[in-house]
Amino acid sequence: MSTTTGSMAAVPTEGNLLSTEELQTLNKPGRTLGSRIGGVASITGIVLIILYCIIPFYWMVVSSLRLPSMGLSNDFWPNPMSIENFKAAFEAKNNFPRALLNSVIVSGTTTVLTLLFGIVAAYALARLRFAAKGIVLAIIIGCSMFPGITLIIPLLKMFTGYYSWFPNWMNTYQALIVPSLSFGLPLAVWNLTAFFRQLPVELEHAAMVDGCTPAQAFRRIILPLAAPGVFTTTILTFIAVWNEYMIALTFGVDKNMKTATVALSQFTGATQFDTPYGSIMAAGVIVTVPLLIMVLIFQRRIVAGLTAGGVK
Amino acid sequence: MTFHHSIRRLAVLGVGLGVALSAAACGSSDTTDTGSTSTADWTKKGPINYVQGKDTSGSVQKWIDVWNKDHPDEKVTLIELSDKADEQRASMIQNHNNKGASKYDIISVDVVWTAEFAATGVVMELPKAEFDTTGYLPAAVDAATYFDKLYAFPSTSDGAMLYYRKDLLDAAKVTAPPKTWDEMKAICKTVIADNPGMTCYGGQFQKYEGLTCNIAEWINSAGGQFLDKDGKPQVNSPEAMAGVNALLDSFKDGTISKEQLTWQEEPSRQAFQDGKLVFLRNWPYVYANAQKTDGSSKIVDKFAVAPIPGLTDYGVSTLGGHNMGVPAEASNLGTVKAFTLWWNNQEQQKVHVIATSNAPTIETLYTDPDLVKQFPYLTTLHESILKAQSRPKAVKYGDVTAAIQDATYSALNGSDAKAAFDTLQTKLVELTK
Amino acid sequence: MSTAVAPKDVKIDPNKKVKKNVLSDGQGRLAAMLVAPTMLVILFVVGIPILMTIREAFFLKNTGIDPTTGLVGAGEKFVGFGNFTNAITGKNEVVPGVWGQLPRLVNAFLNNMFFTVICVVIETILGVAMALIMARAFKGTGLVRAAILVPWAIPTIVSAMMWKLIFNSAGVANKILGQTVLWLGDGAPSQYAIIIADVWKTAPFIGLLTLAGLQTIPAEVYEAAKVDGASAWQQFTRITLPMVKPSLVVAVLFRTLDTMRMFDLPYGMIGPRKYSVETLSMFAYDEANNVRYGPAAAYSILLFILIVIVAFLFVKFLGADVVGDEEVKAINDQRKRMKKMHKDAAKARTTVTSGEGVQ
Repeated sequence: MSTTTGSMAAVPTEGNLLSTEELQTLNKPGRTLGSRIGGVASITGIVLIILYCIIPFYWMVVSSLRLPSMGLSNDFWPNPMSIENFKAAFEAKNNFPRALLNSVIVSGTTTVLTLLFGIVAAYALARLRFAAKGIVLAIIIGCSMFPGITLIIPLLKMFTGYYSWFPNWMNTYQALIVPSLSFGLPLAVWNLTAFFRQLPVELEHAAMVDGCTPAQAFRRIILPLAAPGVFTTTILTFIAVWNEYMIALTFGVDKNMKTATVALSQFTGATQFDTPYGSIMAAGVIVTVPLLIMVLIFQRRIVAGLTAGGVK
Repeated sequence: MTFHHSIRRLAVLGVGLGVALSAAACGSSDTTDTGSTSTADWTKKGPINYVQGKDTSGSVQKWIDVWNKDHPDEKVTLIELSDKADEQRASMIQNHNNKGASKYDIISVDVVWTAEFAATGVVMELPKAEFDTTGYLPAAVDAATYFDKLYAFPSTSDGAMLYYRKDLLDAAKVTAPPKTWDEMKAICKTVIADNPGMTCYGGQFQKYEGLTCNIAEWINSAGGQFLDKDGKPQVNSPEAMAGVNALLDSFKDGTISKEQLTWQEEPSRQAFQDGKLVFLRNWPYVYANAQKTDGSSKIVDKFAVAPIPGLTDYGVSTLGGHNMGVPAEASNLGTVKAFTLWWNNQEQQKVHVIATSNAPTIETLYTDPDLVKQFPYLTTLHESILKAQSRPKAVKYGDVTAAIQDATYSALNGSDAKAAFDTLQTKLVELTK
Repeated sequence: MSTAVAPKDVKIDPNKKVKKNVLSDGQGRLAAMLVAPTMLVILFVVGIPILMTIREAFFLKNTGIDPTTGLVGAGEKFVGFGNFTNAITGKNEVVPGVWGQLPRLVNAFLNNMFFTVICVVIETILGVAMALIMARAFKGTGLVRAAILVPWAIPTIVSAMMWKLIFNSAGVANKILGQTVLWLGDGAPSQYAIIIADVWKTAPFIGLLTLAGLQTIPAEVYEAAKVDGASAWQQFTRITLPMVKPSLVVAVLFRTLDTMRMFDLPYGMIGPRKYSVETLSMFAYDEANNVRYGPAAAYSILLFILIVIVAFLFVKFLGADVVGDEEVKAINDQRKRMKKMHKDAAKARTTVTSGEGVQ
């Protein structure tokens, strides 16, 4: 891991990352050889990779743009093109706007809580020397490996009011948010620790020489410097929670408490038997597009964060 | 290695906690108790919640609004659960486990859940003095009964029908729809000779609840049954195996295409509407869809319905439907009773049929001239439901249906059918003990 | 717990921490304050549930039916290891999966291992290939990076629905293949469908992480190798692979653990109770949904133990350095050293670093 993070040493000094990267890319032997065959092969390879990644998604978009009655059509281009499926996704019975709102609330709150807890913990893990550090790190990494199902079973019993000492939490936001912390928090602490480690410790020393308390040094010096890292962590956590399915499926049963991912997997058509692929694909596009836009804008940061954290 | 140490430490930690816990665990062995319903007060009025699966037609809320307008102090609130039956059932059981914390007052109970809900106290017994079922379909009332007590009020019913391409049968000079599987295959021979590429029969053979319904029909239509009169499993009897083998033969000779192993209701309806099937076994909802003139159906006015075929005569459909149950923890039982009786009275059922094309549970509605005019299939459906068989009334229905699906699906995929159904028999004996 | 407490006064490896940290006064207390909220949250959302799961795993709900009223008694009873042994011996359920008639738990376990091995192997090979291509490209890296993030960003359940449409018996996959493969039934093709969908989503991700490792290799190394007459294959196996190994191993470890707890994809695409694709997570979920919390908890614990074992093996044999903290590493080195010193004072200093294969 440290090798990986080492490669990203340019992260905190914003913007440098790509140029170093590209520099290295430009320095690669292929370029200097200038072999034409190599060039063609690498372009072919690139095209293949892009096609590999895009084609299934293309099918989703195309399928969402058909007429609802042509859900299973196999034409490679929608004929006729129609936005009926998008309208259908927003029909009252699907309650999709509410589901989107729920997703925003759950992902947003989880992300904020995660950052609140995660930043301070990560700072301590990256900078301070303390006895139980090994076990804290072990517990956090252990959590990120934890199979969600192991948590869901007792939580389901707990949240459904089986125990008299615990209130009924089914169909509440806290029931969706609190379990999400179990994977959001390790992810965030992990990424942030990696970022904090890369910050030069001398800056804090200098600040403290100038009379800052550790807390002030943290707030005035570290936090602004770590902003890019915090931002990346925010995006990664948000996406992870936004994409979560099993917790939302289990604890948000009421139609007003479903998140977007659960809602779209349960769209119904005109009858109870209908699986309206068209509107499901439309909803899938709606759920995915904000993420894709984020990904396109912040791709460098996301890649940096992914490679630093190594976690999904 | 750092990580290695961490894992070991975690393990030590875990064992320590586990020991501490197992000591604590022994004290608490029973937590809940099945609620007693003897003191139910069927007069208390007030607002209530009605709980059902997703309202796909959108008409449920509309009619609740009508009730609420007339009963401002006894407002009914609709709680919609998932569209998936399993998840609805889980929610209802959870509501019971947490002592009614979700405030369910009336729940829409699938006929196959009746036994489980009654036995585990999820729903209370409905006193026959308060809930009169005269005039309701005997099959539907029976489906809501467990150990001779009524546990739910009949609300909707369902039965399978055979949709067939009347135009093609006419062209082949066949005057009547088939009564038996053999007749059906004979008709297909001539029809498909003129229309190459068509498949004879379509059903639902994906591994899900629909497969249980379908195999039940093949078994019942051959004179077999899942459980005999005394509730003893008989799935590997010669009669039952005759039905199973008839189905397997139909797959082998191409009467049913292999592809149907992934079909649920919709793919089969789609295939029929696209003109790929001569015969289709499906529920009443298909009728309205296949008659749609928006271009989605290629067989408008070209099809008709008949009872499903069997081995020697018309077959036996599987009974479906939903009934209204009252959770053990429900409050305001006076309103619960009034709303339940109102929702399922003749007049209301009629408007529900018009809105949802669900099968009614009131017998006379099947001959109601207005309805028959709008839904010509009602007469056939009535015949189908009159003869229909319930799926096994088992407390562990979830396990029972899973076992049935396992056996059927593996037989359809080429395993030895007799062995599969012998195993099923053993499992069912265990599950219905 | 006490094993975790490293001796405070030990001198940390002098090469790594030269300067005495200015913050060192009261660091322990400050650190405790800062870490406490996170640990409390983890205790609540992970710790307590685990304890409850363990407790649950040893209990079973009563299911006996009263023959006259048909009513089921309430309560649950302590069954010891009954939930585990019943599952392993197949007393509860023997199911027809791809692997033959097996206890449902064993079937789910085999599926888990099958998916994990096949998916991770394919993903790693494809991922490394993608990284090599990307590293050679000098145009359109931004475009590729954006494209590669598409499968990663799509929610798994959405991609499950997407592949469900593609693999429909009348869908585009069969149209291209020109035959009717029953991908969404319950058989071997369903497994292939899951593998394809999973590989699609995560091979690019591995590619991305490998690329990061590749880019740390200085071009001069290759130049030198070329001067020495190393073939392309030799360069790959002698330079590229060893250099990307640390980041690749961690990526593969996380992918392995992820695949082992797979749920969304088979659940959304093929559905529950399809034994050919049922994983341990799905099995436990299905049991919990049928209000059989005891067995469900037992299975989820088995899954967790399995994951811990795999993680342990990764660390032990592939040297995955997951924690990556210099100080913790130093402390551990120190502890090893102390142990050795107690055992054999003479050898102490030479064994300090020899155990560290990775770095």
